[in-house]
Amino acid sequence: MNVKSLKDLIDICEKTGETLHKVIMDWEMLDTGYSNDYIIEKTSKLLSVMEEEYASKKGKEFKTLIGLTGSNGKKMLEYLPKAYVGENVFKAATIAVTMSESNASMGRIVACPTAGSSGVMPGVLLTLEESGIERDKLVLALIVAGGIGKIISMRASLSGAEAGCQAEIGSATAMAAGGAVYAMGGSPQAVSHAAALSLKSLMGLVCDPVGGFVEVPCVKRNAAGATLALLFADIAMAGVESVIPFDEVVDAMMAVGRSMPEALRETGKGGIAISPTARRIMKNLKDKLSIPEDN
Amino acid sequence: MVSILDIIGPSMIGPSSSHTLGAMRIAKFAYNLFGTPPDSVSFYLHGSFKETYIGHGTKLALIAGICGMETDDPNVAKADKIADELGIKYEFRGIDLGDVHPNTVKIVIKKSNSFHEVIGSSIGAGRVKIISIDSIVCSVSGDFPTLVIENEDVPGALESIIRIISTNGINIAQVNLNRLSKGSKIASMVIELDDELPSFVLESLKMLNVVRFATYVKPI
Repeated sequence: MNVKSLKDLIDICEKTGETLHKVIMDWEMLDTGYSNDYIIEKTSKLLSVMEEEYASKKGKEFKTLIGLTGSNGKKMLEYLPKAYVGENVFKAATIAVTMSESNASMGRIVACPTAGSSGVMPGVLLTLEESGIERDKLVLALIVAGGIGKIISMRASLSGAEAGCQAEIGSATAMAAGGAVYAMGGSPQAVSHAAALSLKSLMGLVCDPVGGFVEVPCVKRNAAGATLALLFADIAMAGVESVIPFDEVVDAMMAVGRSMPEALRETGKGGIAISPTARRIMKNLKDKLSIPEDN
Repeated sequence: MVSILDIIGPSMIGPSSSHTLGAMRIAKFAYNLFGTPPDSVSFYLHGSFKETYIGHGTKLALIAGICGMETDDPNVAKADKIADELGIKYEFRGIDLGDVHPNTVKIVIKKSNSFHEVIGSSIGAGRVKIISIDSIVCSVSGDFPTLVIENEDVPGALESIIRIISTNGINIAQVNLNRLSKGSKIASMVIELDDELPSFVLESLKMLNVVRFATYVKPI
């Protein structure tokens, strides 16, 4: 089982008639020795952490480490009944922002795939759960998301420092979109299309956090990721296909990442991080944040 | 090969896998050298860690690790208060450790009359590389039970050490050998094991003539 692409996994599904999550778990067993039961148990625990953390953080205000965010999730939850984009989409964005603000205030999160993008997956999965999709299906969706993320990690990168935000929020969104399709009962092909479409839409996104800290713009980009994931899951379920296959999109994303200057890869030296307002904020924070040199 | 559980996880305390989780895991490794909280600890921060000290919670993560807390314990955010309760004295200093990874910390822990020193780098996604244990240069992930030995660089040294480990039924995952000085005939070996090392095996190793120094560290 020499898996190098999402296509390889889907080919195995089509040849053997096996489900996608089962093929991913068997691949995992060969790579790591973890049994199917172990993977399901551990994945279910990760979903539990998302559920417990959102239940305890919902509607709360946070005192974040830098203090540039912290009350957005609360504001969004209060506005939710009025949301023009509809309840599900706005709920996903609200959960994503809340979890991301919790992350910025040293809360417990699931790094799925990274801490900076940790709001996207709970935004999507918990919205699906509240809309009535069974929990067991969400565990399998999370396994499928893991398979998608592993393909990205093998062919490209999940690190903003290596390939920009497209590799973090972009990857999280592709994983969540694919997972959402799986939870909705879509085919392995539809999973692949949702992941490809969403990653294409975030292609080129730079990593430009103010001061290098995981708050601005990271918190609100998690809202964008969760929203896009649900949108492209629906688009794929409608039968829309990505002209460019997922694996080629991943390769393109990495090529774009390699051509990104270092200033746009988590250094806090480009993009909005060097806007006049960001510079002013950092000037005011500088003395508070660093440790005095003492050799 | 990476597991999907590392892609969709782990469960951790935010905000940064390299500046929070990785820092905490290095400190947890240092904690494991005593296995109980130290009386005092000094953290020497190198490179980016000096900048992420407050903003990425590196300070609290290091304190939480040295208190022995689990990496997803929600109390990490108030680790300073917990250290006070445990009576651990801590201090933070900036340092230039030279040509090492930007996220590197040197930790010195003291308890009664003994002390340990660990230098570790957080290399991304929560992974760490311990590059020095009690001044012995190494490259350890902290994922396995780890045995660090400084030995005489003489024929048969490796064999006698390995024999004690194997006759006690412990499987070796990886061995790293390093000659520290050819002139003074000192070498070191870092052995990562599949199983925990019982203390009597460590004592037998320490009694070997070729062993100058041996330390055992539990996995993080």
